[in-house]
Amino acid sequence: MATAEAAHHEEHHHPSGIMRWITTTNHKDIGTLYLSFSLMMFMVGGAMALVIRAELFQPGLQIVDPHFFNQMTTMHALVMIFGAIMPGFVGFANWMIPMMIGAPDMALPRLNNWSFWILPFAFTMLLGSLFAPGGGPASGWTLYAPLSIQGGMSVDMTILAVHMMGISSVLGAINIVVTVFNMRAPGMTLMKMPLFVWTWLITAYLLIAVMPVLAGAVTMLLTDRHFGTAFFDPAGGGDPVMFQHIFWFFGHPEVYVMILPAFGIISEIIPTFARKPLFGYASMVLAVAGIAFLSFIVWAHHMFTVGMPLIGELFFMYATMLIAVPTGVKVFNWVATMWRGSMTFETPMLFAISVVVLFTIGGLSGLMLAITPADFQYHDTYFVVAHFHYVLFSGAAMAMMGGAYYWLPKWTGHMYDEKLGKLHFWLTAIFFNITFFPQHFLGLAGMPRRIPDYALQFTEFNVMSSIGAFGLGFSQLLLVYVVVKCVRGGEKASAEVWDNPKGLEWTVPSPAPYHTFETPPQVR
Amino acid sequence: MTEQAIRQAANRRIITRAVMVAVAMFGFGFAMVPLYDLFCDITGLNGKTGVTDSGSARAQAVDETRLITVEFTGNTAGGLPWEFRPAVAKMQVHPGQVAEAVYVARNTTSDRMVGRAIPSVAPNRAAAHFKKTECFCFSNQELAPGESREMPVRFVVETDVPQDVHTITLSYSFFNAGKYSSSDAGTGTAGSDAIRRGEKG
Repeated sequence: MATAEAAHHEEHHHPSGIMRWITTTNHKDIGTLYLSFSLMMFMVGGAMALVIRAELFQPGLQIVDPHFFNQMTTMHALVMIFGAIMPGFVGFANWMIPMMIGAPDMALPRLNNWSFWILPFAFTMLLGSLFAPGGGPASGWTLYAPLSIQGGMSVDMTILAVHMMGISSVLGAINIVVTVFNMRAPGMTLMKMPLFVWTWLITAYLLIAVMPVLAGAVTMLLTDRHFGTAFFDPAGGGDPVMFQHIFWFFGHPEVYVMILPAFGIISEIIPTFARKPLFGYASMVLAVAGIAFLSFIVWAHHMFTVGMPLIGELFFMYATMLIAVPTGVKVFNWVATMWRGSMTFETPMLFAISVVVLFTIGGLSGLMLAITPADFQYHDTYFVVAHFHYVLFSGAAMAMMGGAYYWLPKWTGHMYDEKLGKLHFWLTAIFFNITFFPQHFLGLAGMPRRIPDYALQFTEFNVMSSIGAFGLGFSQLLLVYVVVKCVRGGEKASAEVWDNPKGLEWTVPSPAPYHTFETPPQVR
Repeated sequence: MTEQAIRQAANRRIITRAVMVAVAMFGFGFAMVPLYDLFCDITGLNGKTGVTDSGSARAQAVDETRLITVEFTGNTAGGLPWEFRPAVAKMQVHPGQVAEAVYVARNTTSDRMVGRAIPSVAPNRAAAHFKKTECFCFSNQELAPGESREMPVRFVVETDVPQDVHTITLSYSFFNAGKYSSSDAGTGTAGSDAIRRGEKG
């Protein structure tokens, strides 16, 4: 086997150095590229967040001017959503899906290479817009018309970048759908697939369905800006509220694109460290499908205050609250998986448990926001900011960190530094809460978001939040250090790495050889 | 080899479907524009007002048992430094009765400018029953520097307006339409289609 493998390597003549990475069609290489790109963007977006928090450390204007502050809030969101979270999950998908379903590679390797290599160009364009005349986009990541119609050249660059990211995501999603349907090993029926694969399959469908809608919305913005159309301009018969409808028709499924794979990752981690199979597998799959379906009919809860009729507000309120049911099923199942398990608390498990706890807090504040009459108070306040950071940072980002620690030994062949990993976890979890928990109170007291200055009574909580943010930001350097250290060396990891984990990825040696499952495994 | 061919055919099938869905959803984004307008027209959401020709308006019997207060407001959006206000702030009308109100606009700049007024009626559930038979909002208004113009709007509140509606507010926002003045009603987007539909009645 080993010799066959070696011979195989020989005949391929891989280019080395940079050309290996540019021309690679190997799912593991591309997964590594996506993950590295995501980590890089995570740092860039994090630095922007620190600019925001530095300015908000004290009331008054100290460090940046309001226009630049607005650019930072806009760019922080765009970079984190499209640069850190989405590519991060695609990286996990590339690395793990073929190994989890016993496939030798993704179904469309060349397309895979393209989907990744569009991204650096898209983000050069997006980040470059900060240097455009008049500065970067400053209308918030939602690019609401008419504000975004009035912006400078940077808005056009952002629109183009969004188009490129959209193409990249849709291509990546198509690749995943094809892989899952056509590349499974014999015996790997759909209902035997690991939950991570299931969540990604459904996420891929969401991406194919909604990224083109975003592309449509920004295309309309572009033609409104330059080609004399009036989709969103009342003077020509358009309607700015319509932009919000189209945008959030994309935007709400998009938030599930960012959380469903996180659900998948922790559904892999928790059974391993609880040493019990996942509780309620079928209900987990159904819950994910249910959430995905509901995500299409709740979009207007982002815009309760635009002046909808009562019946519309009631519909979107109840539909939104309905999402709590499948999500509750999932949380229940994770807890039930841990119930009476022989739990140990290695770094991945710590992250997974904190995701369950903190994501649930974010989910509950989401329910509060769903209550229409209450939302009129919370709308566009820091309460919303706190809410979506609880679901996106302590949900999506921390699930990815947990997943990275979980699979790093498989990827690199070395154990990561457990002590530093745990330190990274505790610093992240504590500073995260110091940063974002006070923002709930700020929002309830009425502090608006996307404002560089605030009334004096908000000072204490903002100081706390800023201190937490800097702690949180600098703790992430530890993540980079642990990852780099693990890549470079460390204790040899066994094929199983953990204590009898389930899944095909643990049947191949660590590090996973360049080519795995060239002869499909038999799944029983 | 044949196995590979079978797999490739299967791949292609899924790819084709997925691409078709993606393209269709791109189209759906645009389809939301007319759907949105249609939805607002049918339901009167967004304060979109009804339009009718004067013939059918006259045909309605006047319901003298009810009296409805119609309030008028007007404002200008950014980019159009005009003075714009209703001549009277409110009037009382019977349902079915044809009434006329006048708005006054004055171009305070030293440039010739084109504006367009966009109406909105509150409350929403009255909007569909508020019919305009003649309105300066049907077309672009061009004013010379310093020129002022009295602009009439003729309307009917239909007799089947809900019983609990006692006050209706008609509001106009004047927008700078210089961008859209080259052709009469805009530039062939779905947005201006809505206007054209309005003109036809």
